[in-house]
Amino acid sequence: MSNSNIGVIAMTDTGTIHKRTRGLFGNGFDLGRLLLEGRAFFALIAIIITFSMLSPFYFSTGNFLIMASHVAIFGLLAVGMMLVILTGGIDLSVGSTLGLAGVVAGFLMQGVTLEAFGVALYPPVWVVVILTCAVGALVGLVNGVLIAVFKVPAFVATLGLLYVARGVALLMTDGLTYNNLGGKPELGNTGFDWLGFNRVFDVPIGVLVLAAVALGASLLLNRTAFGRWVYSTGGNARAAELSGVPVKRVTVLVYVLSGICAAIAGLVLSSQLTSAGPTAGTTYELTAIAAVVIGGAALTGGRGNIRGTLLGAFVIGFLSDGLVIIGVSSYWQTVFTGAVIVLAVLLNSIQYSHRRPASAAKPKTSATQGSKA
Amino acid sequence: MSGAGTTGEAVLQARDVAKSYGNVQALKGVNFDVHRGQVTTLFGENGAGKSTLMKILSGVIRPSAGEILLDGRPVAFHSTTEARDLGISIIHQELSLAPNLSVRDNIFMGREITTATGVDYAEEERQTRALMEELEEEIDPLTPVEDLRLGQQQVVEIARALSVNARILIMDEPTSALSASEVEVLFKVIRDLKARGVSIVYISHHLEEALQITDHAVVLRDGTMTARAPRSEIDLEWIVRNMVGENFDLGSPPEGHAIGDVALKIDGLSVPDASATGRSAVDDLSLELRAGEIVCLYGLMGAGRTEMLECIAGRLPKSGGRVLLEGRELGRASIAERIARGLVLVPEDRQRDGLVQTMSVGENLSLASIGAFTRGLFTSRRRERELVETSIRDVTIKTDGGQAAIGSLSGGNQQKVVIGKMLATKPRVVMLDEPSRGIDIGAKAEVFRLLAEGAQRGLAVIYSTSEVGECLSIAHRIIVMRRGKISAEFGPDATKEQIMAASGEAVVA
Repeated sequence: MSNSNIGVIAMTDTGTIHKRTRGLFGNGFDLGRLLLEGRAFFALIAIIITFSMLSPFYFSTGNFLIMASHVAIFGLLAVGMMLVILTGGIDLSVGSTLGLAGVVAGFLMQGVTLEAFGVALYPPVWVVVILTCAVGALVGLVNGVLIAVFKVPAFVATLGLLYVARGVALLMTDGLTYNNLGGKPELGNTGFDWLGFNRVFDVPIGVLVLAAVALGASLLLNRTAFGRWVYSTGGNARAAELSGVPVKRVTVLVYVLSGICAAIAGLVLSSQLTSAGPTAGTTYELTAIAAVVIGGAALTGGRGNIRGTLLGAFVIGFLSDGLVIIGVSSYWQTVFTGAVIVLAVLLNSIQYSHRRPASAAKPKTSATQGSKA
Repeated sequence: MSGAGTTGEAVLQARDVAKSYGNVQALKGVNFDVHRGQVTTLFGENGAGKSTLMKILSGVIRPSAGEILLDGRPVAFHSTTEARDLGISIIHQELSLAPNLSVRDNIFMGREITTATGVDYAEEERQTRALMEELEEEIDPLTPVEDLRLGQQQVVEIARALSVNARILIMDEPTSALSASEVEVLFKVIRDLKARGVSIVYISHHLEEALQITDHAVVLRDGTMTARAPRSEIDLEWIVRNMVGENFDLGSPPEGHAIGDVALKIDGLSVPDASATGRSAVDDLSLELRAGEIVCLYGLMGAGRTEMLECIAGRLPKSGGRVLLEGRELGRASIAERIARGLVLVPEDRQRDGLVQTMSVGENLSLASIGAFTRGLFTSRRRERELVETSIRDVTIKTDGGQAAIGSLSGGNQQKVVIGKMLATKPRVVMLDEPSRGIDIGAKAEVFRLLAEGAQRGLAVIYSTSEVGECLSIAHRIIVMRRGKISAEFGPDATKEQIMAASGEAVVA
């Protein structure tokens, strides 16, 4: 009951903000709401302005592109994570999947020796990319089936896969790193570094990959039946199921997509580094979750969008790179990143506790609604 | 009002109490008396201001104007705790017990009896036992609340209120989830409480039920009090007239259209009981429903109505029998396949099973028919908008438009969204589980009118209800279920007594 009490107070607060700003900015413009809903965007602007003042090197196209290629890794993970979080789940395995994908790619680039036939196969890069994505999809499939069919809580299932995928990556390399991913022209498998190093119109390929994946995910969410299914599954799985939404299939698929996103991120990262280590991507899942949350998605599912998630990824990336550039110790970087995440979650809860009273504004519904709900 | 003296005198009074949220006035100067040792029932449609008034009386919210008198002296409470200290307790429709804790722990939750060495469990247990004896309920203080039946849980809530010496007990829809026998137990408890001088404020949508127990009736409409009278001067018709403000009728069976072929045939259907293994919630039940026909399914809670409808819809597995839609067996078809073939269910609990709260009115309406506006890979926004607008018009939903938040609608309009969502799939057979639950009488009539219109266009309709009055409205046939079987079947000329006797209600009462 105290909830609705707070709600009423919060509601009258926005009421006053509304009145105050209406005169200044014309009708229907609400500064408080704009600042709240565009918070990731304003945070990004604030970060860019602050670091540009602190360091002469920060504000340059070159630096932005470098930072963007760092963001690409987190961004790819975050897009997949976002799909999972929209259904009300969580995918803790993406960091490990990224590492495993890198190792699988590295393994394939070294050539596969088939002893039975006495030949060594050197698959071309496009085959490597497809097989690596398939590995990511497989990890996601296991996650999805465990969660949707066997009803294992998402947190536990993906935590398990976090360990398994990392362990497999370590086993494959015996803990070592594949260093030579360039391929050899005579073997016809060159071009792996293209993903990480090449640029199109001066934009790193990794950033373009992120843009393409984000665009695809955005179309998927906004313009396809599957997208609507994802939102409804996260909003109310029981209601979605009774409306004919194949909730289980949707759940499995979002984890598969998340696994594929992680695999793509693994490819881009190992290409950027031209090496694939089994420990790559450790704790990246947490960064990805942070990006999604900063982007305004609700961890309870049903709310969020790709634009916000990308902004969230840029906020984290630009912040941590900025801290490096101005020479803040990495320990402080950790503290700052954590503070930003807590602040983001705080604002999320303000935004979403804010919405319910908006309906309570109409007593026709509110008075009874509260007790019926 | 009724005579002076201790019993019957006004113990709690609201004087010109008003409450506004922003520009909207939820209560417009209401006067309301609670009489000592008597039950005062508050009647009104959803949104009439009942809950707002109750929240004010129990200290959840403060009035914008007016005053509250307790024993004739003005009081102001700033929280439910303050109200509780003054002897006013509220029992919400949704019980606020911790299911994992025992009865004892729930009763003393937040005000444990402590000694120097910790909680005095023995003393708590003794007091709990004493309370249960007073209420004549055989509930062991150490039973976890989740093991109790809903009616018993309600008794625990009442015991908790009594343990803080509540003099005034506010009960918001206490019977909505109770079976007839549990309601009887509750009413007995209420009568005992009255005898001890406890004053009760009662809110219920079950008008007939409330009439059995109440001493005074107060009717609210649109935030103002439209009528009040002692029990002896009123009847059902008086309440309804004052609630709705006009003569009101839930309709009669639609006529003048042809009843078609069998649309839905259920043959020996059995559904296992989820809570008790080996038992059947629906037991070898057969039923036929024709196109253009409206069938009402009446029964007590636990009679198996919901299980049967959910099994036909594909939500629950069956343990035997067949379901045929227009002559073709459904077998193991998924919910989506059944919807595609024209069989839909409007679930009982619209918040839990019907609506996606995070989505807009339009997105909710179109959720079950996404395929209808998808071309190739992508959805067509224009077609979706058309579908949503048509639905809003057809089902007469009062909303600002498809973009509106689902939470901004009243209960009745939310229910219409759930119905509209299923009707948008162009079904042949529509099943509605308690379509009138928790919606006001005006919305109820509109829902029934919609169903009657659907039947005239050849839709086969089956709806379940636990209010006898709703059986004798638009239904061509009334089927009474009892313990998973059909116990009787009536035409529209049946009497309430016949129906209630067939359901087993009369035996209990």
